[in-house]
Amino acid sequence: MKKEIIISGFGGQGVLSMGKILAYSGLMENKEVTWMPAYGPEQRGGTANVTVIISDNRISSPILSSYDIAIVLNQPSLDKFESKVKPGGILIYDGFGVMNPPKRKDIKVYRIDAMDKAAEMKNSKVFNMIVLGGLLQVCPILPDKALEKALYKTLPERHHNLIPLNMEAVGEGRKIINEE
Amino acid sequence: MKGNEAIAHAAIRCGADGFFGYPITPQSEIIETLALLKPWETTGMVVLQAESEVASINMLYGGAGAGKRVLTTSSSPGVALMQEGIAYMAGAELPGVIVNVQRGGPGLGTIQPSQADYFQATRGGGNGDYNVIVLAPNSVQEMADFVDLAFELAFRYRNPAMILSDGVIGQMMEKVVLPPIKPRRTEEQIKKECPWATFGRTADRKPNIITSLELKPEVMEQRNLAMQAKYQKIKDHEVRYEMLRCEDADYVIVAFGSAARIAEKAIEIAREEGIKVGLFRPITLWPFPEKQLTELAKKVKGMLVAEINAGQMIEDVKLAVNGAVPVEHFGRLGGIVPEPQEIVENLKKMM
Repeated sequence: MKKEIIISGFGGQGVLSMGKILAYSGLMENKEVTWMPAYGPEQRGGTANVTVIISDNRISSPILSSYDIAIVLNQPSLDKFESKVKPGGILIYDGFGVMNPPKRKDIKVYRIDAMDKAAEMKNSKVFNMIVLGGLLQVCPILPDKALEKALYKTLPERHHNLIPLNMEAVGEGRKIINEE
Repeated sequence: MKGNEAIAHAAIRCGADGFFGYPITPQSEIIETLALLKPWETTGMVVLQAESEVASINMLYGGAGAGKRVLTTSSSPGVALMQEGIAYMAGAELPGVIVNVQRGGPGLGTIQPSQADYFQATRGGGNGDYNVIVLAPNSVQEMADFVDLAFELAFRYRNPAMILSDGVIGQMMEKVVLPPIKPRRTEEQIKKECPWATFGRTADRKPNIITSLELKPEVMEQRNLAMQAKYQKIKDHEVRYEMLRCEDADYVIVAFGSAARIAEKAIEIAREEGIKVGLFRPITLWPFPEKQLTELAKKVKGMLVAEINAGQMIEDVKLAVNGAVPVEHFGRLGGIVPEPQEIVENLKKMM
């Protein structure tokens, strides 16, 4: 198993932390992982993105030309990464952030209205966990248990009381993702 | 963890006595992590934010002069400021570790990754005939492992050692096994291992003088010749490199650090297309694995040097290959990191 994933959205949407939780979940399952952020000015206002690779074997480059899975959370990210999904790959987009939906027919496109769901749950911070839930629904690379372990590992102890809420968000994400 | 964080953990675990540094992107996590880990409360290691890079390197000179295991870390513009101090350390034959997490230049440049300080690192960088031992990690694991290795080499040869990394390796997270914990050396151990150090003269010996200054040219020439002999010894014993899939290769990509990781992916893509290509990765950039490349040139049709600069290591590759096969270069500049596919395309161009 090897999945090459790009997650991209606005700075502040939790793109980097989402990638971090995903990478740590892989670690919890004894996979090889890399997490490579596009750091710098992108994080201040523009789009932020992170490349996460999860694999059974040694990982070569943390930087890629094309991806198995692209998770795009705003229009600029979709415009940039739609063409970089491998044929037969997966593209997941958030319906709130994207005005012009993806056009490609040779990939699987999924829509997740995570922003709306987060508003409904009255907690914008669980947005990225909803998206992660959606990802694991359509591409079951890791069990929820690994995700939970990763949350315990990455969140400071004072926030551990929020983990059940985060796992609930993962469950919601699993329910609301739809193939287009 | 991040490559930068690995450096901080490794420094504490390998028994470093002091860190002096000034924050700069993309390596600020090193001093941040040290501040979080508070080693002064556990091992007694000093962590000091200096007022500038010039101050950091001179603190390193002072610490090293007392036989201590000291390191400083910075990124390209900061390391440029340190060059005078590094030349003084080389001239005074002081051990010390300098980490450069490179970013794009010249000048303040950009904060994104680059490998454009290759010449600066491998040619000395400051004034005079000297060399710094240069290690190029290509993973978070090597970031952790090379801290102790750099200290060992620096003390073995009484010479500054540099870890030449970049923003990719510094910022990326990967799995890492942290090195075993070594206690800091006691004053007695330091006195025994570093009889040259200035730890307070006792009545039974002459003063130890640490300086790079010598006004008599005849004496200075002898000192230089002794240093050159030391550099030759380092060249004979400390060359490190890695070869991947070179056994049946028609072509070889030569790359170091993060570029070597990207090249590995390029090789996977090219091999799927039936192109027999391997990777030669210098781990020590100085001493450079010249002989190994000369040998490899006898077996292949050509070499592509992939670097994140305008063509620096290619000069060392060409010197080693000495015209035996064509050697081409591919690189991106100014903080743009090449993609694997770009390397494949450039490989095809030379076939």
